[in-house]
Amino acid sequence: MSVKVKQDYSYVGKSVTRNDAQLKTTGRAQYTADLKFPNMLYGKLIRSTIAHGRIKNIDTSEAEKLNGVKAIITAKDVPSMKWGLSPARFDENIFAIDKVLYVGDKIGAVCAVDEETVYKALKLIKVEYEELPAVLTVEESKKEGAPQIFEEYPGNVNTEIHHKFGDCDEALKDAYYVRTDRLQGQRTYHAFIENHCSIGMWDGDKATLYSSCQSVHYLQYHIARVLGMKMGNLRVLKTHVGAGFGGKLDPTGLDFSAVILSKMLGQPVKMFYDHEETFLNGHGRHAIGMELTTGVDKNGKILAHKFTAIMDGGAYTGLGIASAYYAGSLLGVLYNIENYQFDCYRYVTNLPPCGAQRGHGQPQPRYAFEHHLDLIGEAIGVDPIDMRLVNARQNNTVTTAGYEVKSYHLGKANEMARDASGWKEKRGKLGVGRGIGVGNGGFVTGAGFCQYRTDLPHSIGMIKIYDDGTQAFVYSQAIDIGQGSDTVLLQMAAEAMGIPYENCKMYAGDTDLSTLDFGAYASRQTLMAGWAVKRAGEEVKQKILEQAVEMFKESGRIKEGWAYIGNRELRPDDLDCKEGIVFVKQEPNLTLTFEEVARKYFVTKGVLIGRGWYHPGKLGGNHKGAAVGTSPAYSSATQIAEVKVDMETGQIECVDTWDVHDSGTIINPKLFHGQVHGAFYMGIGETIWEEVKFDNKGKLLNGNFSEYRLPTALDMPPVLSLTVEDSWEPNGPYGLKEVGEGATTPTMGAVANAIYDAMGVSMTELPITYEKVWRALKDKEKNEKK
Amino acid sequence: MANFTVDKDGIKRYLVGVKINGSEYTRVIKANTLLVNFLREDLGLIGTKKGCELGDCGCCTVMLDGKAVNSCLVLAVEVDGREVTTIEGVSNGEELDIVQEKFIEHAAYQCGFCTSGMIVSSRALLDENPNPTEHEVREAIAGNLCRCTGYVNIVEAVLDAAEKK
Repeated sequence: MSVKVKQDYSYVGKSVTRNDAQLKTTGRAQYTADLKFPNMLYGKLIRSTIAHGRIKNIDTSEAEKLNGVKAIITAKDVPSMKWGLSPARFDENIFAIDKVLYVGDKIGAVCAVDEETVYKALKLIKVEYEELPAVLTVEESKKEGAPQIFEEYPGNVNTEIHHKFGDCDEALKDAYYVRTDRLQGQRTYHAFIENHCSIGMWDGDKATLYSSCQSVHYLQYHIARVLGMKMGNLRVLKTHVGAGFGGKLDPTGLDFSAVILSKMLGQPVKMFYDHEETFLNGHGRHAIGMELTTGVDKNGKILAHKFTAIMDGGAYTGLGIASAYYAGSLLGVLYNIENYQFDCYRYVTNLPPCGAQRGHGQPQPRYAFEHHLDLIGEAIGVDPIDMRLVNARQNNTVTTAGYEVKSYHLGKANEMARDASGWKEKRGKLGVGRGIGVGNGGFVTGAGFCQYRTDLPHSIGMIKIYDDGTQAFVYSQAIDIGQGSDTVLLQMAAEAMGIPYENCKMYAGDTDLSTLDFGAYASRQTLMAGWAVKRAGEEVKQKILEQAVEMFKESGRIKEGWAYIGNRELRPDDLDCKEGIVFVKQEPNLTLTFEEVARKYFVTKGVLIGRGWYHPGKLGGNHKGAAVGTSPAYSSATQIAEVKVDMETGQIECVDTWDVHDSGTIINPKLFHGQVHGAFYMGIGETIWEEVKFDNKGKLLNGNFSEYRLPTALDMPPVLSLTVEDSWEPNGPYGLKEVGEGATTPTMGAVANAIYDAMGVSMTELPITYEKVWRALKDKEKNEKK
Repeated sequence: MANFTVDKDGIKRYLVGVKINGSEYTRVIKANTLLVNFLREDLGLIGTKKGCELGDCGCCTVMLDGKAVNSCLVLAVEVDGREVTTIEGVSNGEELDIVQEKFIEHAAYQCGFCTSGMIVSSRALLDENPNPTEHEVREAIAGNLCRCTGYVNIVEAVLDAAEKK
């Protein structure tokens, strides 16, 4: 049983102002596209206009004649080594060699003196193709004799997973009720507003790459590997990043081109996407076809669960292999399921690649499971919340797959959400066209393994105290993509050192200046980089306390006969430091300032540095694929949504929402609730409106925000965001767990279940559009008349 | 229309005079230059962001004669003789505008990419309607997309700024 240690923190648990507040509200924050360097050139990618085919010829002669064009490069000009975010599936080249695999695939790059010339040059480049039959859906991809997209993926199967724990078939025999449902998810997109942008430049044999990215470390690793560079010769850094949600984790053609072109031309090169190209770059959420079979006892206790996921992966793998594992790997974490089976097939198709989007592979399977659970509850007469309470995982347990779960308060979250939302008064009582629904979710707090094989620690923190002790510079390659990681890391560093938060400054996301961290994905930074900076802060404090002991002794302020030194010398552990004041614990009036102690340290010993280190160590799970799903800590959450459905037109309005999170200690409540709001927002959008669409030639139809429909301020309901107070995670610094990704995982289920409660028809295909609702209501009417 | 010159390729460039954030600027620009590019590239006012370039996202919002507009849908030559306020002109030097203060207090931004446009739209609303209802606030920023915050804290911040006025 984990016990919450009540501590009186100065900065942990406080909604301090973000460290980037002034910059971001005055327009002074610089994003990659805002940067200009002397003599800088501009470039864009040449993209395929067909979905599948062989490149016969690329005629760049007209474009080269255009005044201002500096270089045009294609596959023949760049290294041919294959790459991908996951080493298990290196299947991508910098530019397509021989074959293009989707409309928008990378063929080459154009570089010119200004943007206008780049666009003009692109229009003059003629690519001749020998078109091959394209595979645009999973159904086509699966078919016998379907065109093969990759030689290495026979049958177009890119990833195949078969997990089996316990004995489902045996357990199903004893079930009181068994039900099978089939549900379908859709392809969605991260839809951050800042387009990808990269700027490359060289100095001798050393390159610098600015990139709007989520991990400078992985970018550095992959680019150095493909270009045959030493990692230390390639500095990768970011400025401010206009959000990512998983879409800025994979290296892009822009990153490679910026480094290659700037070397070739001896000038800085800025490579940029326009908005539609970010959609073509892809790596958004997979459309998953899902079949679920579950057997329960008469109280709704799950006895066995079988889940099959069929995923449309698009053209390349990227991190999609992990999406496939995540579709099933957390099944047994949320609910205690002893017998379960997960079968997954990820197919390649001639569409932009799919990968990680907030919650990775999990949100659609969660929607399917949460809706399936409601249908089971309805059939056996058990309330949805009771269904969840019966099955919710408990604190300090081990899942069937072997994952160790320390803090876990899903039951409590359900009860709190039920009470806050007025569930008992509302469920089934709101009348026709109104409904309330619940969904549960959660996520890993960081992955147990690096994305490539390595013995590197997952995070290193370093803190340097400025010479006169007035500032602490905190270093980490953690990436603030908007979630506020810089701020919460500074809070933890300040707490650990015992100095004011305002005196701390972050140097993040720079492979030269800051220290190793794998970056913003898998909801990892607050825990992993958090441990690293906390430990660095503790080392600073230790050195300060040792120095202070010397100073107290030298000063003669410690008098003979004073209790503490009556029997022994004053020791560092007799002292503490808080908010910049070093004091003797037993004699709190005996103080020095952090600044004077730090300055003395600098004068007598040199620069004062604290170092921290984090590796999750060996975590639970031994089955194939256990690496995706094992984590030091798991969050959980319950969301409830209330909706109105217009029974004439099918229009849906989400009118109210509640979220209760079990996230351990909350480092910064305002930023925490902001994550919940944003996750709920994305989930509502994905439930009702959002879908990336293509025509029958594989051409993107809605790569813009008028047709890819993000909810506006008018569509967004209020969110009441609460936390489970008792939640304290022993594996997290200060007892914390994640929020960023897990908060998106319950939403689709909650909203879909509310829609079901309102209209009385189970909607099994995302997004649940007004048209689909209208058609379902018409069908229902017809059937009732019969 | 203002004075223009023609280069050897026959491309016209116009003389444009515009007051931006209280200062007069005179520049010679091509007719097809978008206001957003004029602000960012010619004047270095990078606080105005370029997102979709189609008028959908609103992150390039500026005030043109006091009204919020998407600067990607306005040609720079159109602002000749007019007045533009960008995010850089919302506050007066060191002191932040109440909308900016409230955005900070309510943590009404995350990645910050939509924030400039969001603050300009909110400022334009409050200039015209100092006491908006929540629905009026939501309408005023409905053309500014934010993928991070779900608008929850933004709406709170604007309503709070209105009350404090």
